[in-house]
Amino acid sequence: MIKYFLMNLLLSFIWVALTGSLSYSNFIFGLLLGFFVLWIMSRNEYDQRYFYRVPKIISFLLYFIWEMIKANLQVAYDVMTPKYFFRPGVVLFPLSAKTDLEINVLSTFISLTPGTLILDVSEDKKALYIHVMYLNDPETFVNSLKMGVERRLMEVLR
Amino acid sequence: MINIILGILSTIGALSILFASIGLIRMPDFYLRLSVTVKASTLGVGLFLICAAIMFPDDISVTTKAIAILFFLIITAPVAAHMIARTAYITGTPLWRETVIDELHGMYNQETHELKSDPEEAAEENEQDPNMPNGQIADSDEKTE
Repeated sequence: MIKYFLMNLLLSFIWVALTGSLSYSNFIFGLLLGFFVLWIMSRNEYDQRYFYRVPKIISFLLYFIWEMIKANLQVAYDVMTPKYFFRPGVVLFPLSAKTDLEINVLSTFISLTPGTLILDVSEDKKALYIHVMYLNDPETFVNSLKMGVERRLMEVLR
Repeated sequence: MINIILGILSTIGALSILFASIGLIRMPDFYLRLSVTVKASTLGVGLFLICAAIMFPDDISVTTKAIAILFFLIITAPVAAHMIARTAYITGTPLWRETVIDELHGMYNQETHELKSDPEEAAEENEQDPNMPNGQIADSDEKTE
């Protein structure tokens, strides 16, 4: 996993050195080229995780940006119109993330999505307390969060 | 072409900061204010930084600085929000009166502020405060002002 990542970086540096222009677009192009070359080279290798994980990380980031834009629009609409549409509430979210890193990344993403805010993590790391802006039903909210952000994040991190 | 992209991105960034500041005044309670401000300002500042990076494509140092600032902003902003919200809840800042549910109420140990994850276990340890049957949800609008 890390071996492939370092090889990918090395290949892109070689590409930058050969083409002789150190700009970001050229570096990113080198990364893509290196990824492609590595993918072809290691088709018979046993460890293919790197090549599954990179597209998943990119798709997770795109999904997160899309969610963030959607929720920001909703909040902006609510701020500008005279009537309040909020139904705020504090919800207990049972964690299936175990390690500190997973909880950290998950809570960062939840806090950055508009409409949800982490209030606290329980001492035994089994539950998050989330302040939600638009809460119709606590159970559907917890389920949608579990199926959406948490499932995708676990796919990336594990 | 680049000018159009820059215009769109910086307009969205400025609008989101504007909405955040209007929200700061209009929101009915502390938690909603915090919730609106943290994200919208992160998004707005992030878009401005991306604009700066696109504006100077030849200058590597501008881009690296923009990426570094963005990275640290994304890492630190949620932590700060978490600490502010936790402090506010422990010191007893009331929630808005139309708050639907408050599952955090009574979960803290009164003395050590240790947080439980199981409601029944917490109920055994702390007796519910009879003065606040709805948790910290305010009775009227006056308390949250």
